[in-house]
Amino acid sequence: MTTVAVKPSATKPATMAQALNRAMRDAMAEDPTVHVMGEDVGALGGVFRITDGLAKEFGEDRCTDTPLAEAGILGAAVGMAMYGLRPVVEMQFDAFAYPAFEQLISHVAKMRNRTRGAMPLPITIRVPYGGGIGGVEHHCDSSEAYYVATPGLTVVTPATVEDAYGLLRASIASDDPVIFLEPKRLYWSKADWSPETPAAVPGIGEALVRRTGTSATLITYGPSLPVCLEAAEAAREEGWDLEVVDLRSLVPFDEETVVASVRRTGRAVVVHESGGFGGPGAEIAARVTERCFHHLEAPVLRVAGFDIPYPPPMLEKYHLPGVDRILDTVARLQWEN
Amino acid sequence: MTVQELPGAGASHRSTPPPAWRPRTDAAPLLPDPEPYRVLGTPAADRLDPELMRRCYAELVRGRRYNAQATALTRQGRLAVYPSTVGQEACEIAAAMVLEEQDWLFPSYRDTLAAVARGLDPVQALTLLRGDWHTGYDPREHRIAPLSTPLATQLPHAVGLAHAARLRGDDVVALAMVGDGGTSEGDFHEAMNFAAVWQAPVVFLVQNNGFAISVPLAKQTAAPTLAHKAVGYGMPGRLVDGNDVAAMHEVLSEAVRRARSGGGPTMIEAVTYRIEAHTNADDATRYRGDAEVEAWKAHDPVELLERELTARGLLDEAGIQAAKDAAEAMAAALRDGMNAEPVLDPMDLFGHVYAQQTGQLREQAAILRAELEAADQEEGDGS
Ligand SMILES: Cc1ncc(C[n+]2csc(CCOP(=O)(O)OP(=O)(O)O)c2C)c(N)n1
Repeated sequence: MTTVAVKPSATKPATMAQALNRAMRDAMAEDPTVHVMGEDVGALGGVFRITDGLAKEFGEDRCTDTPLAEAGILGAAVGMAMYGLRPVVEMQFDAFAYPAFEQLISHVAKMRNRTRGAMPLPITIRVPYGGGIGGVEHHCDSSEAYYVATPGLTVVTPATVEDAYGLLRASIASDDPVIFLEPKRLYWSKADWSPETPAAVPGIGEALVRRTGTSATLITYGPSLPVCLEAAEAAREEGWDLEVVDLRSLVPFDEETVVASVRRTGRAVVVHESGGFGGPGAEIAARVTERCFHHLEAPVLRVAGFDIPYPPPMLEKYHLPGVDRILDTVARLQWEN
Repeated sequence: MTVQELPGAGASHRSTPPPAWRPRTDAAPLLPDPEPYRVLGTPAADRLDPELMRRCYAELVRGRRYNAQATALTRQGRLAVYPSTVGQEACEIAAAMVLEEQDWLFPSYRDTLAAVARGLDPVQALTLLRGDWHTGYDPREHRIAPLSTPLATQLPHAVGLAHAARLRGDDVVALAMVGDGGTSEGDFHEAMNFAAVWQAPVVFLVQNNGFAISVPLAKQTAAPTLAHKAVGYGMPGRLVDGNDVAAMHEVLSEAVRRARSGGGPTMIEAVTYRIEAHTNADDATRYRGDAEVEAWKAHDPVELLERELTARGLLDEAGIQAAKDAAEAMAAALRDGMNAEPVLDPMDLFGHVYAQQTGQLREQAAILRAELEAADQEEGDGS
């Protein structure tokens, strides 16, 4: 898997948004085939300002405001990639990527396979996803289940400022199409950060133990990582010492890190915002059960969003998995039948 | 390779054209005017209906006030977001006014005002943007489809509804609204094509307000006008000054009449301008200059009509004041309605997912109910 070396710079507070911006800037500076495109990515810098300044620095041919047509954007990116460019496509919001699904499923995901490897598509598709920002209808979907169910797509999602930079560099460097899911409620999360720490830059497909513990493992990713870390702190009061695994990459899935953790702790809970039924947690729970059956003290449990269309903003707090729901579930790991 | 160089190509072939699939429609009547159609300030204004124009005026003043009030509510945090239609009121008002009661309106996310002008309660119209429920009204009761956030996706719905109504022998016209940016979406194309092939009683109203968030029209299309796009589908394209409510009313009425009488769909491009930012989350200084905004402010839809009517002696100070008073009353009612805390029932989350609730959702509802009871108890213990 790709590990990217990066140029040194001093450590200072940065937001996830700035780290993503820097990742594109560095990639564009190093490789003239990297092109950024999407709705409002130019003068405006994207509605979340993730592409701020790129059009000014690299010109409108390298950071292009496209017509408002997601299928057109992704379809054009396919052609550009066929011709040797590395498009980095911005889908404005999770739910607005759906018009592009025909291109995504039928072409982006399958081109390598259809051409027996002759035509790989190095496209990075950036999708701001998930809730918790008070957005109105169609602005908060957790759409990862659709992507992970599509063979041919790599699916990654950072939860920290370092990973935002490192994973985006690795995604752009990847010769396969990558769905890069950006947890939009973490855009303004901050960390002391320097793009110089290549040790923190993961290869795609490497999970990370964010917190070690002995009583149970919380398996999570993206927007739910900070919630799980908070829950792990709160659980200490109840006498639980929780380990927290950040998947960082859903496809490929780092089964070894997850399995090793669950074998140590003997209990596991998968936490994510997207609906539980047919969600990524179902797959993860099945795999953990298959590999850890004799180590498990309790069934693998899940804390997920409810299986409902994403609710209006005034009700989203009841839907999103929070610390209490995680702790209630952890309590159920004291299995007694 | 030219035709002559093609193997077997010869003069005799070129002289016998293949039979046509069908006679082509003459494109000329479908083509838009070279300039946006105007009434106000032109001799055509002589034939204005004074009563209708006074109603238009009162609606425009109310619409302007509605925009100001809704924008103020975003500043107070009462609305999550509000996409303003200041400058576009003539389009919104005319769209609502030309429809009969049985007709349907298919608004885009920006067209709250058109829904209100059609008679929807202003507070109900804003629930989507306040955040207590996605659609705060029964679309069938008001014949207003839910405000559509994914762009252009409501257009095929309008075509389907109009087609179905026609099949059932009902006299129903659908008017669908979309922005200039939305015309680039695939759904726009498919809707226009279906409508023309089916000769569905639909009117497409494109509000070309210059920008799709930050992207100007020139980066959206290379067509001479958006109205030209209609011709390729086989329907008339009309280009009209979207700030001229008299022109808008006339052109929209004609299109609705055509649809109602079996003459098929029409596409109208209203040339207008979004005076305020895309929403309160937008920074419009990044993509446009003050001079442009000021020039459009000088072509204000409310002032255009006010000037015409006062010059013709059709509107006096008392009339202007009456319109203002009515608008203030609406704004006060809207403020009161929006300042009342919305009544939220978290259990509603599970209420409208399936006709028959699944076992899975019943289990999840039980989880939430237990959490809410626990929270209530804690509150009770604390006091
Ligand atoms: C399918 C889809 N893609 C992207 C968006 C995000 N978005 C919301 S409004 C907007 C601009 C719309 O421009 P236009 O169609 O001209 O309408 P206007 O805002 O000018 O009324 C965009 C890109 C969306 N709502 N739907």
